[in-house]
Amino acid sequence: MASFDSAYFDIKYLDTLSYQDTAIHRLDPRVKLLTTAIFILTVVSFSKYELTALAPLLVFPVILVSRAALPVGLLFKKIVAVSPFAVLVGAFNPLFDQQIELYLGGVPVSGGWISFASILIRFMLTVSAALILIATTSFPGICLALERLKAPRALIVQLYFLYYFIFVLMDEALRMVRARNMRAFDGRGTGLRVYVHLLGALFLRAVDRAERVHQAMFSRAFNGHFYAARRTGITCQDGIFFLAWAAFFVLCRWYNISEIIGRTVLKMIDMI
Amino acid sequence: MHMADALLSPAVGATFWAASGGAIIYASKKVRLEIDEKKIPLMGVLGAFIFAAQMINFTIPGTGSSGHLGGGMILAILLGPYAAFLTIASVLIIQALFFADGGLLALGCNIFNMGVFPCFVAYPLIYKNMVRDNPTAGKITAASVSSSVMALQMGAFSVVLQTLLSGRSELPFMSFVLAMLPIHLAIGIVEGFITAGVVNFVRQMRPEILEGAAESRPLSGLPIRNILASLAILALLTGGILSWFASSFPDGLEWSIAKVYGKAELPESAHNLGRILGGLQEKSAFLPDYGFKEPSSPENAIPETYKPEPWPAVSAGTSVSGVVGAALTAGLALLIGLALRKKR
Repeated sequence: MASFDSAYFDIKYLDTLSYQDTAIHRLDPRVKLLTTAIFILTVVSFSKYELTALAPLLVFPVILVSRAALPVGLLFKKIVAVSPFAVLVGAFNPLFDQQIELYLGGVPVSGGWISFASILIRFMLTVSAALILIATTSFPGICLALERLKAPRALIVQLYFLYYFIFVLMDEALRMVRARNMRAFDGRGTGLRVYVHLLGALFLRAVDRAERVHQAMFSRAFNGHFYAARRTGITCQDGIFFLAWAAFFVLCRWYNISEIIGRTVLKMIDMI
Repeated sequence: MHMADALLSPAVGATFWAASGGAIIYASKKVRLEIDEKKIPLMGVLGAFIFAAQMINFTIPGTGSSGHLGGGMILAILLGPYAAFLTIASVLIIQALFFADGGLLALGCNIFNMGVFPCFVAYPLIYKNMVRDNPTAGKITAASVSSSVMALQMGAFSVVLQTLLSGRSELPFMSFVLAMLPIHLAIGIVEGFITAGVVNFVRQMRPEILEGAAESRPLSGLPIRNILASLAILALLTGGILSWFASSFPDGLEWSIAKVYGKAELPESAHNLGRILGGLQEKSAFLPDYGFKEPSSPENAIPETYKPEPWPAVSAGTSVSGVVGAALTAGLALLIGLALRKKR
């Protein structure tokens, strides 16, 4: 992670975005979760050399981003920020797969480059889908979706608590990190010893917090269920959203839509 | 060392999701049975603690670069294996959503790599065996380092296996292993010392937390066996079903190529592919600059048993019309996006 401050900002910004009110935000969280899941499965199910068939799938993230008023720049920055591992591993493909597969205007292109490009495109599609999901659904929404989808209760409770405490502890940790950085000159003080002491202090504060929260919640008869005030239920819009996108993904998987569009257009040019 | 969606195949991703899901369900049951009420907010808090700790970078001694904590072993030692596993899973879920660390399909793999190995393998088999009943600072340190190193090595190796089985990357097994394991050895040692530091600190300040964790029943070999067995069965099932689904394209191609060479029959699924190849012939005459990797020309004698490789998919996918179409489609998608933009 880049720096504490930027990670802190990212999480808060994304969290704020997720509580906006657009048509996409109002969709049932289960529907968005399942649609995203099918999208990701579709993207990764293509063979490793598939490039052109992936293009139509770009429509999904693009439409969601625009209808939900999400900031494109931020999403792009985050995608780039988490790309190192996938890019690094994929970058070895051209080295190990040098069999020439096709010629573009006379330039030979090896299979390795094609699969590398495919990896990059898949990466952009899948990562943007995950970010769009949280940006349009809010974390409590996702927990609600998981609850309705019969995920184990202990996990749901844990997720709610974690979400709550993350913001509390991040504020504490931010103050400690700022204090450390301001007292650290020439790289001294940023090493392991200080880090471990920081962790220890943070841990104690965390445990104290937990005790207070535990007493507060259980003295108010907390029973493991979190109640949401939002009206929830599958509406017509949810059904149409899910079915339409699912059908589109299946269509993209079975037919190379880029191919079809390309051929049609070239034929029309031919006729003119 | 988060696994990424882009490197996964559906079969591998689904299999590990099934394994992680099973582990989550199992751990949830155990936590419900054994839990004392106090542990519930403690799990949330410690998860947030690990999360916040992961955001604080520290400079690695000797290298000058910075690193950050994994946290699996700390949680296992402080919460016991089942609660720790749920906590790690929840932290990874939040990271996958808010930071897009890896992706949602890879989340199954990541929960397995960074949850199962520390909590259900390294903790019971290494840490608990080394510390046993009388934890001294020295023992705790040695046990922490050993179990952290082992957990990270297993996790890193697992990433290599998952990448290899998915078949999206060309990295050969040995090269990948030789790259991943030494790095994670260093990371594991550093994390082991951090773990030891935190655990010793807790032992001095709040010993009751450690005692609470140690009381949980020692892990029998059962859960690991169950997980491995389900993994194997699900691998067979999902691999079989999904490869049937995915292979209909190459089968269609095989048939359509066979059709070009004069076979009488053509099954349904090959129709559009037959048209595509027919179109290719036209295009190659119309646009002489663009050439394609030619399968053996029709003039050559084709033996009865000719089996074209299942991989001419490349030629079809990246043909001219494909590239033109892809560019058009992508442009169209962006235009649609711009048009549908909602004013904020």
